[in-house]
This record gives sequence, structure tokens and C-alpha cells, in this order.
Amino acid sequence: MSEPPHRRRAHASARDLERYGGLFAERTKVMRSSAMRDLMAITARPEVISLAGGLPDTSTFPPKSFAAQMTRIAQESSAQALQYGPTEGFEETKDCILQVMGAEGMLPEPEDVIVTTGGQQAIDLITKTLVDPGDPVICEAPTYPGAVPVFCSYQAEMIQVDCDEQGMRVDRLEEVLAGLAREGRRPKFIYSVPSFQNPAGVTLSFERRRRLVELAREHEVLVVEDNPYGLLRYEGEPLPPLFQLEGGDYVIYVGTFSKILSPGIRLGWAVAPPPVMEKIVLGKQAADLCTSTLTQYFVREYFSEGRWRDYIADLVEIYRRRRDVMLEALDKHFPAQATWTRPEGGLFIWATLPEYIDSGDLLAKALREDVAFVPGHAAYGDGRGRSSMRLNFSGVREEEIREGVRRIGKVVAEQIALYERLTGELPPAAAPQRPAAGGESADVLPFRRAGEGRG
Amino acid sequence: MRVAVLKGGRSLERGVSLRSGARVEDALERLGHDVLSLDVGADLVRRLGEERPELAFVALHGRDGEDGTAQELLEILGIPYTGPGVSACAKCMDKVLAKHELRDAGVPTPDWFAFNDTAFRDLGAADALAEIEERLGFPLVVKPARGGSALGVKFAAGAEEVPEALVAAFSYDDRVLLERFIEGRELAVSVLGADPLPIVEAIPHESDPYDFEARYEIGRTTFVCPAELDDGSSQAVTAVALRAYEALGCSGFSRVDLMLGAGGPQVLEVNAIPGLTDTSLLPQAAEAAGIDFEQLVERIIELADEGAPIGASD
Repeated sequence: MSEPPHRRRAHASARDLERYGGLFAERTKVMRSSAMRDLMAITARPEVISLAGGLPDTSTFPPKSFAAQMTRIAQESSAQALQYGPTEGFEETKDCILQVMGAEGMLPEPEDVIVTTGGQQAIDLITKTLVDPGDPVICEAPTYPGAVPVFCSYQAEMIQVDCDEQGMRVDRLEEVLAGLAREGRRPKFIYSVPSFQNPAGVTLSFERRRRLVELAREHEVLVVEDNPYGLLRYEGEPLPPLFQLEGGDYVIYVGTFSKILSPGIRLGWAVAPPPVMEKIVLGKQAADLCTSTLTQYFVREYFSEGRWRDYIADLVEIYRRRRDVMLEALDKHFPAQATWTRPEGGLFIWATLPEYIDSGDLLAKALREDVAFVPGHAAYGDGRGRSSMRLNFSGVREEEIREGVRRIGKVVAEQIALYERLTGELPPAAAPQRPAAGGESADVLPFRRAGEGRG
Repeated sequence: MRVAVLKGGRSLERGVSLRSGARVEDALERLGHDVLSLDVGADLVRRLGEERPELAFVALHGRDGEDGTAQELLEILGIPYTGPGVSACAKCMDKVLAKHELRDAGVPTPDWFAFNDTAFRDLGAADALAEIEERLGFPLVVKPARGGSALGVKFAAGAEEVPEALVAAFSYDDRVLLERFIEGRELAVSVLGADPLPIVEAIPHESDPYDFEARYEIGRTTFVCPAELDDGSSQAVTAVALRAYEALGCSGFSRVDLMLGAGGPQVLEVNAIPGLTDTSLLPQAAEAAGIDFEQLVERIIELADEGAPIGASD
């Protein structure tokens, strides 16, 4: 009897999972609530307008150029492009990286650069190199949601320092560092996305940048500067990256081609002082030997055409409009009790609702209206952020941004109206809330009320 | 036998359902059945019509699958299916309806009050909250009427926490209930056919007993099966669970969740189609009774055949 075509053989059977259950490492136990993960899976339904992604719009890349570049690689470098490459990455790739970093005023030594499989691998390798279980790692509150599982999987103790509209509260950082010093503990690094932060969209001010690198030197602590969006600035003057301000002794820099070219090519990099780089290279060898040769050839080809800055300029135009459309839509559709950040660049806006609204529960309601966002608690390791949400504007067309924000605004308004009916009054400024796990209770971001502070 | 496994769908519990379904498919294949895997969607009726399976294994959780909708369609198509029928599913899915049925049948269930969102919008139900809170006492539990896992279930330790909990619960459904909190042990009795399986006890690790999400996170709750209970309690719990199962008209298999407090066992809810994943309680209970997963699946199929609607089986 022949096998029917629909027989499922694709993924590992659940029974097998059970057989291996006793073998799982401790670090696998830090998984997030499965119910919430299931909710996020539903956001992928085609009818859902998802403001939950972190996606650049790759449809703007001309398919013809892509075809020509790949054809040239096949015709001229087929054997090499299909071969292994050096663990550190090709010199030619590093030349491209130097051009990108040069555009923000940085001039690293090529031998301090390693090409990684996306910026995400750089974060992973740095953490793997520096962190023992229980070591403190300092990051922003909220922090990049994708960094949380990395820190957790190496069993780091995440210490989150609040942000305001000027980025990380460096005065608070100073207190945290002093507190740790009193306990005789030294954090392994401070992780920061200083420009157009994911998820908050805020940018670390020049003064704070200076103070942050000063503190790093004083305390001999490394700063991991993750800068995926630096060139995606839609207004205001560029600020110097920490790497440039500090000189590179205490700053490890993480960059990526994901947001300025393509996330699908999985090409990022790290720049680190030589002794740290040596260990990172060993870690990279163990992880995957080398970054995809083929995509490194693609980047080389693409940069050789000399139009990469024009493409970024195109993206900046598109994303600036989308940001403006989202800000307008928020003004129009979000209730007065909500606040949100007004990013000068990047991909995200961070909105905060009254404390009595849990954005995880709100997502379930929003999904009934076929719209999705990232609930804020994903950006915290300590249960905070529950009344905030991350909204992406770069990967969604303008009409969808308007409609998506309108639908979210509708469900938020319904919840606020219900709450007000239940309490019989306008909610007080300090709404009742459970004490947060992290001690200080309030989420500090953001501050702008609807309709205020445009420009 | 040609068996269609119905899984996935659009419910919020899609993920759990896909895991249950995948595991059932594996077992069915090992048992030598011809498996048709169906992630249910707009083409469900057409696919079933074309493929004509001899039996449908319903591994759906949440709306459309556990509320009797899919079962209704299967009856129309004349395809026998596993688990409870339309009426039992519809009753179990709605906790308010289920609790009425239980109370009418004399099965103990914690006191509750239920509201539609219109009650707050149009009838001024907010004015009754103080009265309700006084009758139920604190802490109390707020739940969406329909919904699975711990989604939207919140504790309110005092009156000031009730509005927030209601807002959360109304995110999942337009009907919610406020329920008296029963201090005690958290137990689950799975029933297979007419036979109760050993009792499972859920013991949360964390000091915060009100953290419902902990129950669904690996490593934050220990499940003990069989639960360590004296004979008297064990019998009382099992008896109440069986009465609940019958009162709601369940057949095939289901899982009854109870609290064992000072006043004896009280039924919280009945899951018409409980999870069948590697961490789910029904398979654990079966295992404790010496029934491995393949045997469990085989037994569920036999029960479906026995209970097939008239005219549906050949």
C-alpha cells in the first residue's frame, strides 16, 4: 500500500521529547510562559495586521539587482562562494563593515572585527565569552527582547536600569555599579542599544553617552554597544557611538547588515579589544566555524556597486513617513491616558497604557480584532512592563499602520471605559497595582501624553 | 483504520492543540492507522468530505474545537469522533453554564457570580460589586467564562484589585465570573470512558499561590500522580469528579479540575478535551494507571466507536 501524500513526518515526535526529558540542562528551564508564547504564534495569521515584528521592509530591495549580484557571484566566484571561509570572516566583508562604521565616524582596526551570523550571534558569543552562571549583566529597562533569552540561557543575573526619553538613566546606573561594588561583585558588561532603542525607541543623549563610557573606564566594566539602527535617523543630529567616544578599550561594538540591507542574509559583526576578540573567535569556531560564505560574497558584490548609502537614504525616507503615520495614528486613536515615545530613528515606538491594563491580556482582545503588538513584559526580566507595548512601523504599509493603530486604540478605549465604569470614577493618577518584583514599581517610560509635545 | 486528527485552528490555545495533535498522530501511526492530519480552517468540511475518514480524533482546544462546533459539523457529515459530544462540549466550554449544571445536579462547586460586559455597560452592575465581594470574600478569583489554560484568570486580594482583574478577564470573553476562592489542594481527575484515573495534584513551587501562570511554566509546578491523599479523601474526590463528568454529559474522556478544601472537594471546571501533550495531566494520570500513551489513544478510539451516533458508523 502506498503512503498517502499527507502523512506527517516533518517534525520530531512529542513522544521523543518525553524520552529525552530527563536529559535537559538546567538552563532550558528559563523558558517563558507557554500560554503567552502560543498567543504570539497566532500573530502570524495572514489576516492579522502585525505591528509585533521587528522587520525591515525587504520589498524595497530591487529584485533585479539581487539577481545580477547573485549571477555575478555564480559566474565569477562559484567555487569560493560555496566553500568554508575564515572564522573571523573575509577581509572583503570587513572592508564593507569599515565603510558602514565609517559612516558613523568609527575607524576600528580590521583585526578587531569578527563577522557573525547576525548581530544576535554577536550578543550570544559575547555573553558566552564573558558570563558565568550568576554573573550580573546590566541592561536597559526595557531592553531588547531578543537579548533576554540570551542572558537567561547563560544564567546571567539581569539587572535592568530604567530609561527615560534620554535613554538609560546613567545616574541610576552609577548607583547600581556602586551597589554591586559594595557587595564585592563586578558586572561582566553593560548592554545598551544607545540609538533608537529596541523596544523603547529612545536615544541616549550625548551627555549620558560621555558619562556612560567614563563609568565603564572607572569601574573597568565592558559596555556592549548594540547599534543596529544608527544609520536609520529620521530627524535630529547624529550622535557619536559609544565606541567612538571611548576609543574601544571598554566598548565592544555590535553591528548588523539586517536593518540596512537584509536580515535574511544573517550578517552581523562585533568589534572587541584583541584579548576579548581572541576568545570570541574560539567561541565562534565552536558555534558554527564561520559565517555564511555565500552571503558574505553577496555583501561584497553589493558594496562594490557603491550604492549602499543611497539604499539607506531610500529606507530612511520610507521609514520616516511610516513613523510619522504611526505617530499621527496614535494621536488620533489612542486615548488620553496612553503615552508613547517619539523616536528620532529606528523601527519602534513604545506605548504605555494605564497600569490597570495588562498588555498581555490586551493582546488576546486585540487578536480578536486581527491586530498584534509585542506585550511589554517581554522586554523585562522581572515581570515589569505589563502595561506597555512595542509597536513596529518599519515593516508595515502606511494604510495598515493606520488601521492597526485604530484597532488597538479601540480595544484600549474599551478597557479604559470598562475600568472607569467599574471604579465609578476617572482612574486616579496612582492606580492600584501589585508590588512589582523588581522593587521599584512604576515603569519609567514614556512620558508624552496624547497630543502633547509634537516636535 | 483511516483517522483524521483535528488540531490547531484559530483558538488562543492553538499551540497546545498542535502539540496534542502531533503526539496523537505519532501514536496512531505506531498503532498502524492511516493518519490524516488536519489543521482546521476554512477548508475543514471540504477536506473531510473528500477524504472520508472513518473516524475523527478531535485534538482541538478552546473555541471551535472544544465548544462543540467541530463536533456539530462531524455529526452532520456522519463521521464518528472521539471525546464528548456537542452538548457536553458546549456546557464545559462555558464555565458559567457548567457551574449551573453542576449546582443543579448537586455537585459542589464554589459560589460565583457571572456577568456579561453589557451588565456593566447598560445595567450598572458595578454598583453590585461591593455586595458580591462581601458574599464571596477575599481573595476571590476572576475568570473569563470561556477560555483555557490560565489566560485571563486573576486573583483579587482586595476590592481595589477587582476592577483590574475584570478588565483582564473581559479581554478574553464578553462574559466573566467572580468565584469564591477555595483554600486547599489543587487536584485533577481524568476520566476515561466511565473509569476514573488516578488523581493528579498540582503543587506550585513559588510562594505566591495566586500566580496562575506558574502552573503552565515548566519547572514552576510539580505534578504528583497519584496524589498523596488518604483513602477517604481520595474516594470523595473521585466520586465528586465522576458526578461532575456525568452531570455535564461527558463521554469518551475528559478532565475534572477540583479544589480539596476544608469543606470537601469542589469542582472548578471540566475540560471536555484536555491537553494530550507530553506535559498534560490526562496522559500522566493514564501512565500512573499503567496505560501508556498508545494504549490511551487506542482506548479513546474504542470509546468513540462505542458511542458513535446512530447511522454514523457502518
